Amino acid sequence: MLFACIHAPGNLALAVECARGFSPYIEEDPPDTVVFDVRGLESLYGPPGQLAREIDRRIGVKASIAIAANPDAAIYAAHGFPGVTVVAPGREAETLAPLPVNLLREASSQTAELLHLWGVRTFAEFAQLPPAGVAARIGDEGVLLQRLARGESHRQLRPIVDPLEFQEEIELDGFLNDVVESIEPLAFLVSRLLNEVCARLAAHSLATNEIHLRLLLERAPDHTVTLKLPVPMLDARAFLKMLHLDLNARPPAAPVLKVSLKAEPVKPRRTQHGLFVPSSPEPEKLELTIARLRHLVGEGHVGSPELLNTHRPDSFRMHSLAPDSRRAGNLAIAGLPLPAPPRLCLRRFRPPRLAQVIVVNHQPVRIASQSISGRIVMAKGPWRTSGEWWERDPWNRDEWDVALESGAIYRLFQDVRAGGRWFIEGSYD
Amino acid sequence: MRRKICQSRVANGEQKENMAAAAIQLRAELRSRFDVPFEAGKRREKKQIPTGIPAIDRLTQGGIPIGALTEICGAESTGRTTLIFALLAHATRRGYCCAWIDTAGAFDPASAVEAGVDLARVLWVNCGGNAQHALKSTDLLIQGGGFGLVVLDMADTPDAIERRIPLASWFRLRHAAERTGAALVAIARQVNARSCSELQIEMSAKKPLWIGKLLHGLLAQAMSRKHYRCDTAEFSAVR
Repeated sequence: MLFACIHAPGNLALAVECARGFSPYIEEDPPDTVVFDVRGLESLYGPPGQLAREIDRRIGVKASIAIAANPDAAIYAAHGFPGVTVVAPGREAETLAPLPVNLLREASSQTAELLHLWGVRTFAEFAQLPPAGVAARIGDEGVLLQRLARGESHRQLRPIVDPLEFQEEIELDGFLNDVVESIEPLAFLVSRLLNEVCARLAAHSLATNEIHLRLLLERAPDHTVTLKLPVPMLDARAFLKMLHLDLNARPPAAPVLKVSLKAEPVKPRRTQHGLFVPSSPEPEKLELTIARLRHLVGEGHVGSPELLNTHRPDSFRMHSLAPDSRRAGNLAIAGLPLPAPPRLCLRRFRPPRLAQVIVVNHQPVRIASQSISGRIVMAKGPWRTSGEWWERDPWNRDEWDVALESGAIYRLFQDVRAGGRWFIEGSYD
Repeated sequence: MRRKICQSRVANGEQKENMAAAAIQLRAELRSRFDVPFEAGKRREKKQIPTGIPAIDRLTQGGIPIGALTEICGAESTGRTTLIFALLAHATRRGYCCAWIDTAGAFDPASAVEAGVDLARVLWVNCGGNAQHALKSTDLLIQGGGFGLVVLDMADTPDAIERRIPLASWFRLRHAAERTGAALVAIARQVNARSCSELQIEMSAKKPLWIGKLLHGLLAQAMSRKHYRCDTAEFSAVR
């Protein structure tokens, strides 16, 4: 084990940047010190002395550099000795001996005062005190401090953990010397960003369920595209196709100056399929198919319907189809018996068709609309339904079930709020 | 005269046997070199999804075939949608993921729930009256695979538009259904896919059932066009 420490007063950011050039395992010790793992670098930079001089050369500002076999010894050496210091393994106590005892930052104010009263001024003097006596008088803190003074630390580094941000961007001036005005070159750039982001996600064993594409436009508000995926995915080609479809449907209003892509990291999906469970579409493939369908038939026309908790006719909302994630909920439905005999179903006209209805003795006898007309041979009703009068859009109507001469059966309603106009809601089939 | 007829019948029988033997011998000789044309003629035994309506399941000898195209045709208010919703309910209960490609946007989620359909397993594509979009959507979904039942609802599509769909499109859909193992069901006013469909059910309404001030239900009749043993079946649907 070999650790290097840079003590650069007032230049912590520079010290961290310099340390990143040598190791990914870096511990910050604010306000002005970093310590990092340099084991294995001998083959690149030579013995520890040369490595320390290389660090000193690279940092470019006045700093103390120390290399030691444990992080604390390196920190104390860098704090206590100017320039470059190499603490040979096994000689930590000897090297740190002349350092003043007030360098032990872990000591509480009471302990520091006590050591001062005892006349202990250096690491060497503190190291020579009998450990049992120190433990009896100062406790665990004293034992720890004495070990530090002897250079006998065995702790691990507490490396800086970078926040997991998966974001890439391209300024187009540098790449094309022009703005992007069509979708194809833009798709090419987005593909590159997606590949980089997906590679980074894969390196961290992660996937994503949300992708944000932001296009900085010339003299226009930013254009944003958000892909919300029902399941975590990591397929750059599928993402590209989905973004491409979205950009084709809603192209940017002005030339693009900058492309920025961000993926929200989530844990990848892991499922165990049952041997006797019918197969369902692969989520990745399904999402791409749904994106294509949305592009074809329009947003809001594709999805899995869910009834709303209201009596308002034809109230539902659409959401993404994710059969796997909702399997637990389906078990409750699966246990219910199927209706027998089967239910007569309604086919809705969307929107309901306006019709002219002749009423005789409070009974509709003839209907005429753009596509349906004829004599009514049987009419049953009216059934009044109303609701949500406290909302802005209440409903209030009288429903009739009517059979025409042709044999077709329809549901009519007279909208009380719309001046008593008649509509055909749908046909029973 | 009788003797002559008998002799000619015997001769015809012998001729047929000889021809059959020759055909078997010829196939056996050619199979080593051209096995594909002979194997293609063999049809796999297809599984079925029951509709849950006993009369229809008897008529179709088990239900709607998986990996094939089925056509359900008939006029308005003949019980086509009721039959399909019953099938959809059975399919979703069995864990199949289903798709409803709705040409006219007539799908009623409330009716589907009443029929026992698990909507969480249904992908609804509302094509807003565009038959071309409906065909393309069906193609996309069925080619993607994973769906157990795909319903192409063209029940409200005008006859002229239905007739304009080329037979090649139906053949392509049928082939995709065979390849992916999906049960593809088309609802229309008339038979469109002709020889491409494995099963054709023609629906007709016998009479609506009225009780007091209520439409109680519908008595419907189904006729199978490809199962000659059982010609018709009746079932009633209630509200």
